[in-house]
Amino acid sequence: MTIDLKTVKHISKLARISLEEKKAEKLANDMNSIFEFIEKLNELKTENVEPLTSIAETTLRFREDKITSDNIREKILKNSPEKNDDFFVVPKVVE
Amino acid sequence: MTEITSLSLFELIKNIKEKKISSNEAAKSFVDRSEKSKKLNAYVTENFENCLQLSKEFDNKPNFDLKLPGIPIAVKDLFCTNEVRTTAGSNILNNFVPSYESTVTQNIWNEGGILLGKLNCDEFAMGSSNETSFFGNVQNPIAKDLVPGGSSGGSSSALAANLTPVTIGTDTGGSIRQPASFTGTVGLKPTYGSCSRYGIVAFASSLDQAGPMSKDVEDCSILLEVISSFDKKDSTSIDFKRNNYSSELTRNIKGIKIGIPKEYRVDGMPEEIENLWKKGIEYAKDCGAEIIDISLPHTSYALPTYYIVAPAEASSNLARYDGVKYGLRSSGESLIDMYEKTRSEGFGEEVKRRIMIGTYVLSSGYYDAYYLKAQKVRQLIKQDFDQAYNKVDAILTPSTPSSAFKIGEKSNDPVSMYLNDIFTVPVNLAGLPAISIPAGTDKNNYPLGLQIIGKPFDEQTVLNIAYSMEEKINYKNNIIDWWME
Repeated sequence: MTIDLKTVKHISKLARISLEEKKAEKLANDMNSIFEFIEKLNELKTENVEPLTSIAETTLRFREDKITSDNIREKILKNSPEKNDDFFVVPKVVE
Repeated sequence: MTEITSLSLFELIKNIKEKKISSNEAAKSFVDRSEKSKKLNAYVTENFENCLQLSKEFDNKPNFDLKLPGIPIAVKDLFCTNEVRTTAGSNILNNFVPSYESTVTQNIWNEGGILLGKLNCDEFAMGSSNETSFFGNVQNPIAKDLVPGGSSGGSSSALAANLTPVTIGTDTGGSIRQPASFTGTVGLKPTYGSCSRYGIVAFASSLDQAGPMSKDVEDCSILLEVISSFDKKDSTSIDFKRNNYSSELTRNIKGIKIGIPKEYRVDGMPEEIENLWKKGIEYAKDCGAEIIDISLPHTSYALPTYYIVAPAEASSNLARYDGVKYGLRSSGESLIDMYEKTRSEGFGEEVKRRIMIGTYVLSSGYYDAYYLKAQKVRQLIKQDFDQAYNKVDAILTPSTPSSAFKIGEKSNDPVSMYLNDIFTVPVNLAGLPAISIPAGTDKNNYPLGLQIIGKPFDEQTVLNIAYSMEEKINYKNNIIDWWME
């Protein structure tokens, strides 16, 4: 199986990463050599194997729905690239 | 007297408790040496002024009951530190200042440790040579233009160069053990669930673990004891009874059964690695251990499994970097355009490559063929270990298939770079504890490490075997301070 340029561009859209034409070609090459290496898994028959989803054999714990952190709104907003009062600002979404 | 910076953590604590050295004297020594070691590029963010101030405060009101009384410690820049910039080695977090503290670092400060600075690492811990960091290559103090390993490369470099008495790293596929092996130091990856992941910049959540890095095994046990804790803030943290690792440390491993997995004799493995392993087996026998041949039949499938699971989880974890709430933002004509440009400019090549692989294997129509398949093979790999542990208490392997390589030597070939983790990755997939200890050198006099893998939650046996073998190996780093200004 090979990953073509069209697939790479589609994946980059899904991943929300803009990609120049030249870089896309290099990426396609890299991905193909990595997937060639990954294909080795097809040697194994795994129909009757349970997938391992979590290495820690615990069920998720419940906790009370209670605020435990201090009021850190100011500090959180300080990291924002663009803000207005208590809001994060993004480019206009609705026309 | 020996220089303060070359003391072990154990000796440093002893001297501070006996009031032979003050916390401030210790801080000054490490700050001074770090200032003169800028060529190593081990630090991303220095916290020197604060560290000196806090050490004075400790000396004014000392508490010698703490496990790390007034000890300055630099940590990998993957741990969020309250009010101190945390970059994860990435441009996208270049200006990020957390408003909270990771549990593991908080545990260190609670026991009297003082933050010396934040150490360089591969971007989002994705790399085996520290070459993917936005903040540049890190030099290995062993020799000029040699990689310090990765992803905890700033940590291993700073530790081997005596810029910090101990440090902490994170290990997703070998990122503590491989850099420890490359720098002649000790690094331990604990059992998954031992050390909280809260406040660690996430890479692959089902594999990531924080762990101690140190100059010797005793120091490693002291630091593990501090950082390992049950934490409600991490949903996969495990509530088990933790040992007092340092006080229970013993060299008596008589009768312990150590397995030697034949599948780790990989094609093309250099003879010096093979010889190191043979020597390691002899050392283990000398220590009183019983050597047993075992088989881990799915070993060769571990790396391909890892290169599905880790990128898949990474692509999901890194979806949060969108230029809205924190981190870098590039300007765009629309919201989507802004996202795409931010992520394109903010992430480096290796991170983008892994996000792309991860997005692909999770995308519609491919999930079963790749991600589900990898999870099934991961089960088989874990079962290999479960079966082996019916016969043995621990497993001995080389830590890496080679010694440290030159900067630039492997950076153009992702697969050859990935092969570096061939002996460490299976351990993360199975969630097991494992340590790397220095055990010899190659023909260039570069350090080589041996790995001891334990049963889940049995860090104590791993440490004891390492402690016992360390005495027999008697490895000494021969570092000549070539970088000092």
